Amino acid sequence: MKRFSLLRQTGIMFILTLVLAVATGGSADAAGNELTIKGSTTVLPVAQVMAEVFMDRNPDVDISVQGGGSGVGIASLLDGTTDIADSSRKIKDKEIAKAEEKGMTPHEIVIAMDGIAVIVHPSNILSYLSKEQIKAIYTGKVSNWAEIGGEDRKIVVVSRDTSSGTFEAFENLALDKEKVRPDALTTASNQAVVMTVASSPNAIGYAGLGYLTDKVKPLRVDEVECTRETILSGAYPLSRPLFMYTKGEPEGGTKLFIDFILSEEGQKLVDEEGFVGLK
Amino acid sequence: MIRFRERLYKWIFAVLAFASLVFLVGIVLTLLIHALPALIQLNLTQFIFGHHWYPTYDPPEFGIFPLVVASILVTFGAMVVCVPIGIGSALYIHELAGHRQRTIIKPLIEILAGIPSIVFGFFGMVIVAPFIQRVFGIPIGLNAFTASVILGIMATPTVCSIAEDALSFVPASFREASLALGANRWQTLVKVVVPAAGSGISTSIILGMSRAVGETMTVLMVAGGAAMIPKSLFDPVRPMTATIAAEMGEAVMGSLHFQTLFAIGLILFLITLLFNVIAEMVSRRFRLKLGLGR
Repeated sequence: MKRFSLLRQTGIMFILTLVLAVATGGSADAAGNELTIKGSTTVLPVAQVMAEVFMDRNPDVDISVQGGGSGVGIASLLDGTTDIADSSRKIKDKEIAKAEEKGMTPHEIVIAMDGIAVIVHPSNILSYLSKEQIKAIYTGKVSNWAEIGGEDRKIVVVSRDTSSGTFEAFENLALDKEKVRPDALTTASNQAVVMTVASSPNAIGYAGLGYLTDKVKPLRVDEVECTRETILSGAYPLSRPLFMYTKGEPEGGTKLFIDFILSEEGQKLVDEEGFVGLK
Repeated sequence: MIRFRERLYKWIFAVLAFASLVFLVGIVLTLLIHALPALIQLNLTQFIFGHHWYPTYDPPEFGIFPLVVASILVTFGAMVVCVPIGIGSALYIHELAGHRQRTIIKPLIEILAGIPSIVFGFFGMVIVAPFIQRVFGIPIGLNAFTASVILGIMATPTVCSIAEDALSFVPASFREASLALGANRWQTLVKVVVPAAGSGISTSIILGMSRAVGETMTVLMVAGGAAMIPKSLFDPVRPMTATIAAEMGEAVMGSLHFQTLFAIGLILFLITLLFNVIAEMVSRRFRLKLGLGR
C-alpha cells in the first residue's frame, strides 16, 4: 500500500484545491460589495483616485479599476464583466443597439471635462495654431514647420493608436474624421505622447490637459488658450466631456460611488488629477 | 502492482506530451477559423501588397504590406546586431575564455534573456531613442533603427547560448586531429570547429530570427508605429506584432478588422513555422554529414 501514498497525496491536494476554489468563489459572490470599473485610459487616473478614497470611507466595498480603452470598457459593460464603463467618448449608436439587443439601456453620466492640448517642444517658436493648420499637419498637407510660420524643420507628427479614446476624440474634434497621415508616429498612451514630444524639438502631439508637464508647450488653438475655464465653457475648440456608463440607472453600491464622484469633494479630486471638475 | 504503476506513469506522461500538441492544433485551428473569413472577403493581393492600413475608417483599408516590410526590416536589422555579438561571444566563451571567465560570462548572458521585453522597451524609449536621435541628428529616435538595435540585443542571448552549446558538442577528437596535423588555433577554429558546429550555429541564428520577428512589446514601444513603407532605416515603422497588440483591444469581435488581425497572426505564425522548419532541416543535414547520428 505504501507505494500508493504519492498518488493519494496528489489526490488529497487536488480535492483540497477544489474545496478552496469553491469556498473563495462562493464568498466573493456572497459579499456583493464588489465594483468593477473598466475602460478609458484617460479616465483611469480619476477612477483610481475616486476608488481609493471611496474605499477608505467604505471599507466593506471593494472596487477594482482597470484600463483597456473606452471601447473595451463599453464592450465589457455590455457583456456584463464590468459594473461601470469609463469612456472618453460618447457611446456609439452601434453600441447602444447592441445593448438593446441584450435588453439593457446604458446610463450616461458626465463626470468631468477634458481638454485635448496640442503640444510642441518648448523650443518651438510657434505658440498658436488654427484648427485648420492642425488638421493640415495631421492629414499630411503640411510637413514642414516653415509652411506655417515656424523654423525650416520637418514636422514629426505624433498621434495615438486608433484604439485610444483620446485619438477618437481628436479625430472628431480636430480632423473631421479625415485620415491621419500614414507616417505619423503612434504611441500607446498620453504619457508616451508627452515623453516623445518632450524629447524631439520637431514634434507635435496631443494629450489630455491632465498629462501636460513643463517639458512640453501647449499651443493656443484658434486663439484660445487651453485652460480649465475655456474647457469648461466649451470655448476651447478641442474640449470634451468624460463619461461613465452604467447598466440602466445606477443603484446600490454603484449609485453611492457615482454620487461620490459628482459630489463637491469628488469633483475636487477630478481637479487634482488635472481634469476639469464640473463644479 | 509495479507493473500497474509503470503503466500509470507512462499514461500520465503520454498525456502531458500530447497536451502541447493539442494546444498547437487548437491555436492553429483558432487562427484559421478567425482569419479565413477575412482572407476570403479581402482580395489576397490587395491584402498582402496593399500600401494603406486604415482599419477603422469608413471604408476601411486593409493593406498589410507596410507592416510586413516593417517586420522584415527590423528583424534583419536585429540580425545585423545579434549575429556578430552572439556568435562572437560564443566563440570567445568556448575557445578563449578560461574556465572561471566562462562560468561567469555565460550565465550573465543568459540573464539578459530573462529580462522582460517591456523593460527593454522602456529602456529603448527613454534612453536609447533620445540618444540615437541626438547622435544622428534625426527628427525622431523612435524608428526602425532603434527597434533593430534593441531587438538585436534581446536576441543575442538566444544566438550566443545555442551557438555555444553547438561548439561544445564538437568532439574533442576533431580539434585534436586538426592540431596534430599542424594547424594553428585559428585554422582549427575556422576550418574545423566552426564547420562542425555549423548546424547548431545556423539553428541559433534562425531561432534568434524567430525571437526577433515575434517580439511585440519592444517594437510597440520603440519602433514608432507609423504604418507606412519606410524610405530609410530612420523612419518610424509598425511591425505586424505591434499592430495586433495595439488594435486587438478595440476591434469589435467578429468584425472584418478583428479577422484581419487574426490573418496577420496567421501570417506571422507561418513565418516562424518556416524558420523552424528550415532550422530543423539544416541541423539534420549537418548531423548526417558529420556522421553524428544524435
